Amino acid sequence: MTATSASRAGAELSGPFSFASRTAYHVEAADVATEEPPKLTRGSAIRRVKDVVAKVVMWAAFGLALIPLAWILYTVVSNGVELLLASTWWTNSQRNINATDAGGGAVHAIQGTLIQAGVTGAISVPVGVFTAIYLVEYGRGRLARAISFMVDILSGVPSIVAALFVYAVWVTTLGFQRVGFAVCLALVLLMIPVVVRSTEEMLKLVPNELREASYALGVPKWITITKVVLPTAFSGIVTGVLLGLARVMGETAPLLILGPYTKNIATNLFDGYMPTLPTMINQDRTELGIDTAVDRMWASALTLILLVLLLNLIGRLLARRSGVRH
Amino acid sequence: MDDRGRSTGRRADRLFSFASQGAGVTVLVLVTLVCVFLVSQAIPALARNEASFLTSREWTVGGDAPRFGILELLWTTTAASVIAMLVAVPVGVCVALFITEYAPQWLRRPAGNLVDLLAAVPSIVYGLWGLIVFRPIVRPIEDWLSSRLSWLPIFEPTGITGGTIFFIGFVLAIMILPIVTAISREVFAQTPTTHKEGALALGATKWEMIHTAVLPFGKPGVISAAMLALGRALGETIAVTFIVSTLAVGSDWTWSLFNGGETFASRIANNAAEFDSPQKTGAFIAAGLVLFILTFVVNAIARVVIERRKAFTE
Repeated sequence: MTATSASRAGAELSGPFSFASRTAYHVEAADVATEEPPKLTRGSAIRRVKDVVAKVVMWAAFGLALIPLAWILYTVVSNGVELLLASTWWTNSQRNINATDAGGGAVHAIQGTLIQAGVTGAISVPVGVFTAIYLVEYGRGRLARAISFMVDILSGVPSIVAALFVYAVWVTTLGFQRVGFAVCLALVLLMIPVVVRSTEEMLKLVPNELREASYALGVPKWITITKVVLPTAFSGIVTGVLLGLARVMGETAPLLILGPYTKNIATNLFDGYMPTLPTMINQDRTELGIDTAVDRMWASALTLILLVLLLNLIGRLLARRSGVRH
Repeated sequence: MDDRGRSTGRRADRLFSFASQGAGVTVLVLVTLVCVFLVSQAIPALARNEASFLTSREWTVGGDAPRFGILELLWTTTAASVIAMLVAVPVGVCVALFITEYAPQWLRRPAGNLVDLLAAVPSIVYGLWGLIVFRPIVRPIEDWLSSRLSWLPIFEPTGITGGTIFFIGFVLAIMILPIVTAISREVFAQTPTTHKEGALALGATKWEMIHTAVLPFGKPGVISAAMLALGRALGETIAVTFIVSTLAVGSDWTWSLFNGGETFASRIANNAAEFDSPQKTGAFIAAGLVLFILTFVVNAIARVVIERRKAFTE
């Protein structure tokens, strides 16, 4: 019995993974020839305390991460929900509504945001998906590596730099006005890498057997890609596109530089200013002393969050239903 | 199959291959264009600059003798981003460990989705919330720190009541937390089960198992996550633009984190109305170029770490 407790103390002293102490125990046990098998220990007090502390820290970190989320959502919802419940919010614009007037509508800004997101998607999805197809199905060697590297660079470009670039091309060099389409071009730069990377991941998950089976039947490569590979990865690609769109809709920096706000409904991408939700928030932000403007600001923030969350939700549901169908 | 069928098949094949290669080349050309345009517009403005671009704190971009430098922008941007990283990385790693190791099975997916929700909140909303709701909460903490630790240069009181570097760092930390968590979570989940079971079988407690098996395996992933998050923090625009307090021209230099000051992105965004001459625009583009280079270097480090890890695991 004394040998058992001594060796147990030895095991505790020399740490959790010491084989030496275990071996020593067996040698001693053989000498003393106790009939009882060794008892399982739960480790020393200090080790158990560390374990519990770690557990508490992890739970606390998670709680800490949820605080800002709950706080932000509560702030925006409690301040903004009232205006959203008024029907004029979804049918009117801000035309003829001054900062001191209450309410008004956001339909002009919602339209602008959706139009710009739509056009951005329409340009960046084909480019992004085809680039991913090139990288996965065709690309070998130096060109493919260079393109992959460029996509990495593009995904690290800050939105304000993308906006400056489009400004340098569109306004300074080509001499055009600041219109909605210029904003779309900046957003395209931000969205392409998201689409390429998510599509690439999905295409890589498509099992090679499917491609080989298709080639074995004599099907040309492009039909294999369009009829076998892309449909298999379809829902994953859609998820990536929706998440990319959600990111692009919340971007404000390009709008500050390229897309000035107007209170009227404007749907022409190539002529005149185009209102969007972020610029509408920014407009009311300049009147922080006026309650009606602040209310409107929170309401437009809530509208923007709802739009972005809706896209995220659809994307996630699609992703859960099927990543890649086997 | 007759001849005509075969040849159309081939032609279509070539067209499709051409289209996909074309898209790839488009991306390549786009990025090259970004670099070329930024550099070509920045150079004339830099050539006319009469102050040292890297070490001056002035910012007069118009007129015949423009004087502008990025020292203050560089300091504010990096200091705020580093604070953000110091706060977000430990918390993010703990949250990732919670989701992969500690949370009960039913909680894992919802917990992950909840943290991802933080990434779905548009940055302009962070700006509003930071400016109006969060700022009054952090003020007393800053006052307390600067009254107790004022002998440290970084905690010197400055009298700035608006957004300080310290405060910007905290708001940025919340914004980059989901990035750190998402990437760390992914690498922790890839820890080989044999490593974990081996540690447990040797009598390790759960924490010891994490400490000896999960963390060493995930270390490169965590480093690259931290770098990608830092890249995001450096370039964050609108939230910072809402909360920064612009310093008065000619104010004294201080290392204090409780000082105001603008970041690259907020300086550009705040002055978008000034882009009326190529000279002025060029100065802002030069600042944007430095920001681009900064984020590029940080992202490149992240990539290198990830690539090296791949080389090890395969």
